[in-house]
Amino acid sequence: MTDRVIEMRGITKTFPGVRALSDVSFDVRAGEVQALVGENGAGKSTLIKILSGVYRADEGEVRLRGETVHFSHPVESLRAGIAVIYQEFSLLPERSVAQNLFLGREPRGRFGLIDTGRMRAETRKVLDLFAIGGRIDPDRIVGTLDVATQQMVEIAKAVSHEARVIVMDEPTAALNDAECEELFATVDRLRERGAAIIYITHRMREITRLADRVTVLKDGEVAARFDGAPDPDAIVHAMVGRDIDDFYAPPARADEIGEPVLIVTGGGNASLRDIDLTVRAGEIVGLSGIQGAGRVALAMALFGQEPFERGEITLNGARSTFRSPRAAIAAGIGLLPGDRKSEGLVLMQSVRDNGMLTPRAFSSLWSSHRRTAAADIGRIDDLLDRMEIRAASYDQEIRALSGGNQQKAIVARWLSMRPKVLIFIEPTRGIDVNAKAGIYHLMRDLAREGAGIVMISSDLPEVIGAADRILVMQEGRIVAEFGRGASEQDIMHAATADMENAA
Amino acid sequence: MTGSPTASRPGTGGWSLAGINPVWPLLAALVAAIVFMNPGFAEPTGYMNFLKRAAPLAILAAGQVYVITSGGFDLSQGSLITLVVVGSSMLTDNDPAATAWVIPVMLAIGLGVGAVNGAIVCFLRVPSLIATLGTMITLNGLAFLWSGGAPRGYLPDTFRFFGRELIHDVPLVRFVPVSVIVLVVVVGALAWAMHRTNLGRMVHAIGDNPVAARLAGVPVNRVRVTAFMLSGLSAAIAGILLGGFAGVSTDVGTGYELEAITAAVLGGAQLLGGRGSVPAALGGALALTAIFTLLNFLGLPQPVRQVVQGLILIAAVALAMHRRKRTGT
Amino acid sequence: MSLAAASREPTGDGFRFDRWAPLILLGGAAAIYVAVAVATGQTQYLTLDNLIAILGRSIALGITAIGQTFVILAASIDLSVASLISATAVLASVVMDGSAAMIVPAIAAAIALGALVGLANGMIVSVLKVNPLIATLGMSLVIQGCLSAFVSNFAGSVPPAFQVFAYGQIGAVPLALVFLLSLAILAWAVLRFTKFGSDLYAVGGNEEAARFAGIKTGRVVLTAHVICSVCAAIAGLYLASRLRSGAPWIGADGVYDLESIAVVVIGGTVLAGGRGGIWGTMAGMLIFSLIDSVFNIAGVDTFAKQVLRGIIIVAAVAFYAIRSKRIVA
Repeated sequence: MTDRVIEMRGITKTFPGVRALSDVSFDVRAGEVQALVGENGAGKSTLIKILSGVYRADEGEVRLRGETVHFSHPVESLRAGIAVIYQEFSLLPERSVAQNLFLGREPRGRFGLIDTGRMRAETRKVLDLFAIGGRIDPDRIVGTLDVATQQMVEIAKAVSHEARVIVMDEPTAALNDAECEELFATVDRLRERGAAIIYITHRMREITRLADRVTVLKDGEVAARFDGAPDPDAIVHAMVGRDIDDFYAPPARADEIGEPVLIVTGGGNASLRDIDLTVRAGEIVGLSGIQGAGRVALAMALFGQEPFERGEITLNGARSTFRSPRAAIAAGIGLLPGDRKSEGLVLMQSVRDNGMLTPRAFSSLWSSHRRTAAADIGRIDDLLDRMEIRAASYDQEIRALSGGNQQKAIVARWLSMRPKVLIFIEPTRGIDVNAKAGIYHLMRDLAREGAGIVMISSDLPEVIGAADRILVMQEGRIVAEFGRGASEQDIMHAATADMENAA
Repeated sequence: MTGSPTASRPGTGGWSLAGINPVWPLLAALVAAIVFMNPGFAEPTGYMNFLKRAAPLAILAAGQVYVITSGGFDLSQGSLITLVVVGSSMLTDNDPAATAWVIPVMLAIGLGVGAVNGAIVCFLRVPSLIATLGTMITLNGLAFLWSGGAPRGYLPDTFRFFGRELIHDVPLVRFVPVSVIVLVVVVGALAWAMHRTNLGRMVHAIGDNPVAARLAGVPVNRVRVTAFMLSGLSAAIAGILLGGFAGVSTDVGTGYELEAITAAVLGGAQLLGGRGSVPAALGGALALTAIFTLLNFLGLPQPVRQVVQGLILIAAVALAMHRRKRTGT
Repeated sequence: MSLAAASREPTGDGFRFDRWAPLILLGGAAAIYVAVAVATGQTQYLTLDNLIAILGRSIALGITAIGQTFVILAASIDLSVASLISATAVLASVVMDGSAAMIVPAIAAAIALGALVGLANGMIVSVLKVNPLIATLGMSLVIQGCLSAFVSNFAGSVPPAFQVFAYGQIGAVPLALVFLLSLAILAWAVLRFTKFGSDLYAVGGNEEAARFAGIKTGRVVLTAHVICSVCAAIAGLYLASRLRSGAPWIGADGVYDLESIAVVVIGGTVLAGGRGGIWGTMAGMLIFSLIDSVFNIAGVDTFAKQVLRGIIIVAAVAFYAIRSKRIVA
């Protein structure tokens, strides 16, 4: 085959403590959609970052139209025709659509000034290539557009770069059903125009709908390759590649599930409506839904960060509305944030200080930092030991630890407070595959000890495998509930079904 | 790094060459240079006078390091000193007995100004740089307003006791200035609160990552306001000492806030928060005073002092950035 | 994550408060001005001539604030403008020394000094990665120290030919006002129509996205600093012309560092960078001059004026900041 636009051969990449990719080979042809699938942490993002020049591979080579290339900066890959659309958009919210499209390469007119007229016209031309694009005004400030339209602008940006290779990283994460269809139509359009598309996802429906070929990554290696859209079960098998029963902890037995610890009735605020929720001691409740469906908002409302304005919370029989995380923690709720680095850890402080943070927060300002009401240094060290945290010393700065060990330190922090309800947001994001099982078993252990666990995850297999009960959210409401054994299709359907039909 | 065996991997604790704060070797070198140029410095008269002169700055830096570690700046310290000195001269009104109540009033003003700074930052969400610059202008205006622009250049001896007096017949060192005792007590207390209490660890936490601290239940506002109050208190104490050995004027505190920030940064405090040490800030203040002393010996005029301080400030931060980049922070 | 999600919420197409806030504030300031003038029975202040006179007092602040807008848009800041204004005013006045023939060399020298300082600031910020607050504070000390080493009073003199800059009239309109307006239009055009302007917004808004788009972010920050310092140099030239000589305290006396930042922020440019513009800054300058005039016609004491000004600056920043949910330090 000579129409391979991209060929990656024998790519190996190691980060301190983690082998992210080993000997991965991968290629894409013009006019095809190549699906790249795998669990979180399987190495998809690393592979793409090597392709686009963010990282440099330790071993292996990247060929663009048969020629070996070495990109050392994302700009170089972009100029060579490789555009990556990341999940975190790189748009400037304060600038117009046209200004964003031509960022860094604005068309110039007289005296070297920016030719705004031409910029606007060119933007119009690019947007008109797509059905939805025709409705976007080039002068509109990007921050005022909804998420789906912003994504359209990202894609238009890639097209305007004349990109021959377009990488989309889970582009439907924030979209509803109708928006997904428009995106698929756009992808079809790009394929017709001869673009090579690398499409990262772990949703079977999208693979079936779009993919010409599929490459499955697992633990940094290629686990399987398929020509044409394969049987979903085969993909799932290749993705997980092990005995699921062993990977996830066993479900709760009926006798392990106790009384309700947390009851919410009629809860609502700016982003939530009519929330009725019960969490029992000993069970793990999974919250599922597309990005922006209100899962995190619900967690933040329970935790008092963005409190409910309507309805009431009953915790252990006592009615309350938490106006701040402090109030929620005092009442017995703990939360493990989704973005550990920016919301969970104080990175420059020691492992022990991170563990002691909450006990100290609930102690007198002027008393000793070694002994607090909830825990002293000895107890925190015991909890850190119990979590089996691998660190040279608990005096070590926590930023040097791996993601899994950092996560465990936050768990130890909460355990010292003996919470009644623990909320995990994306508990295994950015965590080594091997450490994931540890987190699942840990959650189960905590539930067995009588805590109610709420887990929010964008990883469907994870929710299905780890939760005893799954609540599906859409547009700020809980729209469906599933017991153990629900299928991905069921949940996806509930999460994206048209609201009008449901109502 | 010369790959010395003591430059060990992180986290093993204990003493290692790389672990020593560079401010201490710097201070040692400066002191050696001063002794070389003026052997009298090794006598109690020499170093006690040095400590006496360094005391206000050291106390100020120890307070400033709280605000820096919590992620902010306190630029109002200098004008607070001026307000304390001018206000004390107005309130005591040449009455030696008034000192007994004026000093507590001044300490309360220091705490109050700190509380206002903290409240502006926490509740009005004004970045501390702007907030404390605003307080700086306001306090300078208040000092003028209070004194009518022409402060009486006089404070009773009872008030000047803290900044000026010496305690004689002390074994070993012959005499100890009262200000040095104040220095030891105040810096000691601030060091204890920073490194041995929940407050200190939480000051580090909110400077390191305020979002994570809030989500972990840390009372972010209370801790931040406390940090500003301690900074204000330290400025009031420094003002009482300065009122003792300098006279009364409306520019007595001018520029001290920058010297305090420079001292804290020399001591390795990290701008925008997360890292800071009171003893090292003391080291920074002594080093800065030593540099100024050396410049004096060299016969360089006063303005040079400003230039040198500016260069030190930039160099210290640039060096810290360089070290951090190298160690991959 | 929750924060990132929040920032992605569409803000709707309708009324965006922040875009109109400077005008609302300007309207409020004007209303207060009229009300005070009427209430105190001094309606003679409500004429066009008087409006022009009010503006004339803010020329230096306006010029400095235009420069400051550029650095703040780039998410940097410049606290060295006040000492640079003093330095360039003295430099120009000394070089001219009353001789009309030396006007051009003096202007060239002042602008060159400005460019040099801007270059140094920009290098320290973008190459050495020193926090811009500290970098420019340090630079401010260096400039002020150098300046004080040479002059301590009014130095040199400005020939009448150059006093035209401050006192000349075009019809009923002062020349300096026309100059300020032209400078503002030029700055607006640079921000709106040049690649540099577009890059500036990108660097301030999201530095990583800008770098990914191939923009040389360091060079953009550097250029912004050069523009800011050159504007400060022009403000220094104007003040030399107005005072007919340069003195080493004129920049610090006008508190041009803090006031220029306050004007920019009141004008709706966010301190975090990437949003705002020149016309907001001009509105901010007008608001400041109106408030000053209110103090004058209400007969507020000079020192009380300073106190109020500090409070107003903090209040103005709080006006924007208080609605944000971000934790600041």
